[in-house]
Amino acid sequence: MKLTTMSKQLYYEDVAIGNQISPLTKQPTTRQLVMWAGVSGDYNPIHYDKDFAQDRGLPGVVVQGQLLGCFMGQLMPDWIGEQGILRKLSCRYKGMNFPSEALICKGKVNKKYVKDSQHYVECSLWVENPKGEKTVSGKAIVVLPSRD
Amino acid sequence: MVGNLLITEELMGKTGIEWDPREYEVERGMIKRFAQAIDDQNPLWQDEEYAHKSKYGSIIAPPTFITILGFDQLMEEILTLASFRTILHGKTELECYQPIRPREIISVTTKITDIRQRQGKVGKVVFITFDTTYKNQRQELVAKCQQMVIGY
Repeated sequence: MKLTTMSKQLYYEDVAIGNQISPLTKQPTTRQLVMWAGVSGDYNPIHYDKDFAQDRGLPGVVVQGQLLGCFMGQLMPDWIGEQGILRKLSCRYKGMNFPSEALICKGKVNKKYVKDSQHYVECSLWVENPKGEKTVSGKAIVVLPSRD
Repeated sequence: MVGNLLITEELMGKTGIEWDPREYEVERGMIKRFAQAIDDQNPLWQDEEYAHKSKYGSIIAPPTFITILGFDQLMEEILTLASFRTILHGKTELECYQPIRPREIISVTTKITDIRQRQGKVGKVVFITFDTTYKNQRQELVAKCQQMVIGY
């Protein structure tokens, strides 16, 4: 598998309030949920055992919240480039997500400011399911390099 | 199956409990498996040659990698708190201070900082908040994470 090369570098001056973050589409399969269970140590069967999930009143196997959080942890470095630093990432898991649904990780710029000579950008983030519902909402604070 | 969760005073009294720290050695293979599980092909996480030329000088872990360290302990401990039938993840708040590299030894300390209950559609629902700190082998704080878990 060829690894992708890093996206081009984003600078503080390139960013304006209201800018959209380049979206990232993920379509986790049940197989990916199992891989995630193994990696994270979260063996809650609602993420891989359909009968167990339905017995617990869920429509079926559900995607781990933390996996969606980690998709956000892919979205941000992809957008800010190698010189950018992700300082803070918060996610609220508001709705159920199901395997094989196309989930689009999106975000937009809310704020930018310089503090202690560091260039900060704050973004709101969310995950949209195929119905257009926001099943995850979040926030990120990044530090970007400056051209000055 | 509605409302059969027994919420005891004992459970509510567990706020403030801190578990014994656990140590994890970060390995390249762990970082690789993490990136593969997310399907994140950023070369900084996996391509030694590429990462060597970057400002980091070596492979680093993705920023959210740290959240899996100690997550096994969190899941084990939740199950000892009450006889939950279902556990869902409510929230994650991560603060990163330093990148994590292979061969670092990360000490993870987790504390229960809040337990509250509410009457939900499925009966009594408990919201448990955990605060985790991550230190490296030099005792430097590398990250903090707050997780909220919903049990019923």
